[in-house]
Amino acid sequence: MNSIFAKRRARLLAMKAIRDNQTIPGEKTVTCPHCQQVSDRKIVAQGLSVCPKCGYHFPIGAYYRLSTILDPGTFRELNEKYPAGDPLHFPDYRKKLESAQRKTCLTEAAVTATGTIGGVKCVVGVLDSRFLMGSMSAAVGEKITLAIEFAAKNKLPLILFAASGGARMQEGILSLMQMAKTSAALARFSEKGLLYISVLTDPTTGGVTASFASLGDIILAEPGALIGFAGPRVIQQTIGQTLPEGFQRAEFQMAHGFVDAVVPRVRMRETLSQLLRLHEKGGRQ
Amino acid sequence: MSAQLTAAERVAIARNPQRPNIMDYIGALFTDFFECKGDRLCGEDGAIVGGVALYHGRPVTVIGTRKGRTAEENLKCNFGMPSPEGYRKALRLMRQAEKFRRPIITFIDTSGAYPGLEAEERGQGEAIARNLFEMSRLTVPVIAIVTGEGNSGGALALGVANRVLMLENAVYAILSPEGFASILWKDASRSAEACEMMQLTAPDLLRLGVIDDIIPEPEGGAHTAPVVALRQVDRCLHRHLAELSKESGASLAAGRYQKFRQMGAAAPDKEEQ
Repeated sequence: MNSIFAKRRARLLAMKAIRDNQTIPGEKTVTCPHCQQVSDRKIVAQGLSVCPKCGYHFPIGAYYRLSTILDPGTFRELNEKYPAGDPLHFPDYRKKLESAQRKTCLTEAAVTATGTIGGVKCVVGVLDSRFLMGSMSAAVGEKITLAIEFAAKNKLPLILFAASGGARMQEGILSLMQMAKTSAALARFSEKGLLYISVLTDPTTGGVTASFASLGDIILAEPGALIGFAGPRVIQQTIGQTLPEGFQRAEFQMAHGFVDAVVPRVRMRETLSQLLRLHEKGGRQ
Repeated sequence: MSAQLTAAERVAIARNPQRPNIMDYIGALFTDFFECKGDRLCGEDGAIVGGVALYHGRPVTVIGTRKGRTAEENLKCNFGMPSPEGYRKALRLMRQAEKFRRPIITFIDTSGAYPGLEAEERGQGEAIARNLFEMSRLTVPVIAIVTGEGNSGGALALGVANRVLMLENAVYAILSPEGFASILWKDASRSAEACEMMQLTAPDLLRLGVIDDIIPEPEGGAHTAPVVALRQVDRCLHRHLAELSKESGASLAAGRYQKFRQMGAAAPDKEEQ
């Protein structure tokens, strides 16, 4: 019985992952925005959406991300139906949400789940940059917080993949408050002696950088990911000069002491698996 | 109390350079202030001032963002825009307050964390995140007062408090109305329009459950009669501190956690479901 459900879950995630990965159906080739070279779509897909010519990491959807990380058949979504909200009744915001929902088949910019990686059970949360730039709405903050609380309650390690332009403007101050909420939940989680791995992907900026994304026991980043608090455009306006090459990229953040390791997508699963194993018996009883 | 002002008018009052600033509050509300400088890691940031003082005879830790009145003052305090060193200094002083069981009182008036090259290099995001994380579990009373403008994570980094109080004409928002308009409409000149939509005034925020109390200002704003305004702040602060002082450390930490835990947890949207 169990294996039938496991197979179904594996298929379900695989289907959602495929849907994530085909934003332009029918196209046979893709052009890398970094090196401008054209590659066969199939080869790019086989390489986990990494440009085979220059190693550029294409943005990927949340379900696809989960399918590249979790052991097959172990995915179980948490709070799948948690609704998007419009707490300030902001003009035209509902329409924007609905259009993002249609485009991505997601209800909000965050997907949270349990599953195993290399056989170790954990909670994984993923922000999806295709949904209003992965910005932090009250619903995103709530889903992340519920995932942290679920991990704390069940004494599971936690992995969060950040990808966010920052705050959700249309939710104003309530978006800002999600920074305090998620950080406070992580403080409680940490007090239980549990492991939190934060993975920074392109882009991780604004309120997400200034809250849960920067609070990992271990912080990993995908190559070339833009990581910072203020966006490059704002900084450029402030200081009135052009920014140095590679500024705020993952490698820059590692050199400045804010990232433990830059991990290419193809090695992410084994790296996470190694870290989970290293922490397996570390938790306070 | 002032007559009904528009949100844009309140933003203008909140930014008035003659409005009482952190040094005025320290001078009027506290005695024996001793300023502590430096983050003990690499630097000192003039945009945040902090130290120990007596409040009605009781030792407290005071921390606040500093805006200047003159160009010269503003150069020293970077127009009230803190760098990571400022937030790390604030955290150091908060930990010290916890050690000596002193209540923490923060004053918030900033257009935001400084968006500069060096600030980014030294981890502006990490510094703010760390403050949110640590403030959430302090076991001493924490009271934050938004006195002017409180913008973005740069304001929130001093704002994870048991009680968040706001002056009547102060504003507290995700970012400046200019920034908001420029992100949403790619047009910073529509900031007046943004003010009305952002729900950044004290009455808006009280209704949304983001703040706990509004401190009345004299007609026209705190700068028109500073002595009256400062007295009002003192009265409100004193009342809230007296209430919090009755609570245990564990109850203070739990209460603060719950306060932020419920923010945006589907409740404000209830009427639509």
